Amino acid sequence: MGNEENQLRIIDYSGREFRHIGTRPVRPDGVDKVTGRANFGADFTVNGMIFGRVVRSPHAHARIKKINVDKALALPGVKAVVTGQDFPQLDPSDKAVGEVVVSYYDMSHNTIARDKVLYDGHAVAAVAATSAAIAEQAAALIEVEYEVLKPVMSIADALKKNAPLLHKNIFTSGVEPTPDKPSNVCSRTEFKLGDPGAAFAQADVIVEREFSTQTVHQGYIEPHACVASVNNDGQVSIWCSSQGQFMVRAYTSKFCGLEESKVKVIPAEIGGGFGGKTVVYLEPLAVMLAKKSGRAVKMTMTRDEVMRATGPTSGGIARAKIGAKKDGTLVAGELELHYEAGAFAGSPVALGCMTGFAPYNLEHVSCVGWDVVVNRPKAAAYRAPGAPVAAFAVEGVMDELAEKLGMDPIELRLKNAAREGTQAPYGVKFNRIGYAETLEAAKNCPHYSIPLGPNQGRGVASGFWFNIGGTSSAEVMINEDGTVIVVTGNPDIGGSRASMALMAAEVLGIDVKHIKPIIADTESVPFSMLTGGSRVTFATGKAVIEAAEDAVKDMKRRAAKIWGVDIAQVDWDNGRAVCIESDQHKPLSIADIAAKADKTGGAISGKANINAKGAGPGFGTHICDVEVDPETGRVTVLRYTAIQDVGKAIHPSYVEGQLQGGAVQGIGWALNEEYVYDAEGRLQNTGFLDYRMPVASDLPMIDTILVEVPNEGHPYGVRGVGETPIVPPLGAVANAVSRALGKRCADLPLSPPRLLSIIDGK
Amino acid sequence: MAKVYLPVEVARSFAAGVGEHDVEAADIRSLVTRLDERLPGIAARLERGFAVAIDGEIIQDWFVEDLRPASEVRFLPAIEGG
Repeated sequence: MGNEENQLRIIDYSGREFRHIGTRPVRPDGVDKVTGRANFGADFTVNGMIFGRVVRSPHAHARIKKINVDKALALPGVKAVVTGQDFPQLDPSDKAVGEVVVSYYDMSHNTIARDKVLYDGHAVAAVAATSAAIAEQAAALIEVEYEVLKPVMSIADALKKNAPLLHKNIFTSGVEPTPDKPSNVCSRTEFKLGDPGAAFAQADVIVEREFSTQTVHQGYIEPHACVASVNNDGQVSIWCSSQGQFMVRAYTSKFCGLEESKVKVIPAEIGGGFGGKTVVYLEPLAVMLAKKSGRAVKMTMTRDEVMRATGPTSGGIARAKIGAKKDGTLVAGELELHYEAGAFAGSPVALGCMTGFAPYNLEHVSCVGWDVVVNRPKAAAYRAPGAPVAAFAVEGVMDELAEKLGMDPIELRLKNAAREGTQAPYGVKFNRIGYAETLEAAKNCPHYSIPLGPNQGRGVASGFWFNIGGTSSAEVMINEDGTVIVVTGNPDIGGSRASMALMAAEVLGIDVKHIKPIIADTESVPFSMLTGGSRVTFATGKAVIEAAEDAVKDMKRRAAKIWGVDIAQVDWDNGRAVCIESDQHKPLSIADIAAKADKTGGAISGKANINAKGAGPGFGTHICDVEVDPETGRVTVLRYTAIQDVGKAIHPSYVEGQLQGGAVQGIGWALNEEYVYDAEGRLQNTGFLDYRMPVASDLPMIDTILVEVPNEGHPYGVRGVGETPIVPPLGAVANAVSRALGKRCADLPLSPPRLLSIIDGK
Repeated sequence: MAKVYLPVEVARSFAAGVGEHDVEAADIRSLVTRLDERLPGIAARLERGFAVAIDGEIIQDWFVEDLRPASEVRFLPAIEGG
């Protein structure tokens, strides 16, 4: 894309000039990926490798009475079988505090069931054999005797007074007094500012509505896969696709009772994660099978297994209420959320409470969230966990409010937009943010003024995500010929290699083509938190910048040695060391300095280990045009524009890709995606033919506008960008459909059968 | 004197529902220690699963961060990401 087109798509509020940041070089991993050479999780092979297969529960809720593995073990070619009894029993209070509190106990029981299965697809045993076919045959020979229990498949069922209990040790936290009886409600979370009850009394107009969404999967193309080997000295190697090699090491070593120093994780390329690969499923099973069999074990999930046993994100019920004055000034907001946690506690409901009203300046606001267990797979993170469902409700009510007030929906949002100094519903006051700028861009973009035809509607919605920083490490190594290797510990999901290289190029002052960014294994780079939370370009990028600065400092020291001057005489200018006060010394390029590295102190490198602070929040506004076919109920998306404050787009193409991908996933969530269970709690749509995700032919090109309001917490102004774009689409699509129909649509997905029932008034 | 805001459920459990507290402390570690002297057990609760926002900046892994004399300190649920 040329500069002229860049200017149409990027609105820069920084006024800063960069040499490399903001350009669009081909991504370093691009050629391998489009030619099929890149190695993903299932592509690894190891000499003597055998194949693992998981035995999964056919029941949504059952007690395991007995597992008989004799017939499987007797099958020729079978080398090992493991059940829950082969794994260390962890203490229920054993929790890790990192990005979030993680219950090792629950996660271990999610990896392989012990006494109870809690969802259709829950792993109960695993077998390894000399071929995948024998492993599958052996899996069928493992006899599991169950006492089948009544499943709890919905929030409504889970809340019933005499509902079957998934766990006997869940006593709702966050309520006073703490209940003396267990239930399926894990916790209550509340955020409150001001006095919403009194403030609603001052409102001229109040809109209140209940919304619902279904369980949806992250839908990554690449199924989970790994190879594990255990040497005779107990050293474990795992090759796998994940969102964090250090995360895989931490969980696998914990679940298998191993020291972290004995576990090496080598990251593969990743074919999508979206949060769903921030946990482990296969790796502990493969390690235990490898340990028992003495052979390397490869495990690859089928799509059926991915759908039944991994992910998803929570379905939810959301009740939103907003009061406003006649002029559109919001006076109070209320949000109550119930989220499915799946089989174990821990939905992202608190994050839903914190994010729903974040785009708005509300002095009086209350958000209450309930975390509820059901017999579905344990909810995993999915882009902006918890935020889309809450935003769907708030943005739906905002749209209805705009209609009642006779206001343009963007003007209503602009009038009440959070700005610098606005207090978010979770109490924190925002620093400089660009939400209002996204609304201005939306109002002024050509899409917003295109006339609509019959059965067509236009929806607008906004969204917010915090973005995070955290621990990241990087090393910048100068090769003997002056080219550069940038080493980090974060899998590249969305083009982060290119971003790392560009940031290093900006500091070093050399063309990005001379820089090779690599993702190292757990023994070749210090710890980094996983790739998630929209943190990598911000936090690991900050580490790369610091490591590159460290390398420049070293090279200035070397140049001073070469010239025989004090280091204070050396400056760094566009990839060269220059002597400040003497023109006798010809500037030295990185190649010149590298060529003399042996004589000036050995290899040259820079490194940084940081806990990055100062992450800047992201706000987005989306516009969606749809046409509804009143005969069939089919919704066609005609036009879609995603606008977001991205701080500074390091590589605009990959930032645009994040916005487009998030929008498409959100459109799927809004229009078609849902888990369909039968009466016994067995998942019915375990493939992409029946679990309908949008594909390229379903949608128009997703237009993007990048608003660049720099984040003061990053040297180049970067804000995380990967999660915000999935927050507005649910509301944008539903608001568009509602306006096309003239009827409010509050229950997702807006699939043809649901639309027909709304059209028919049922 | 830093102004501390506790999560609603923590305030209910440890401080009879009082969510705002004034604490004299130069850094977050000493703030939590002093809070724990006043509200026994609260330190362990806050250290498990809560991020902190100091003057608007959210810090996930807080430990020894400095405070200004009138800093605003808010404990929040830790933020995960996808």
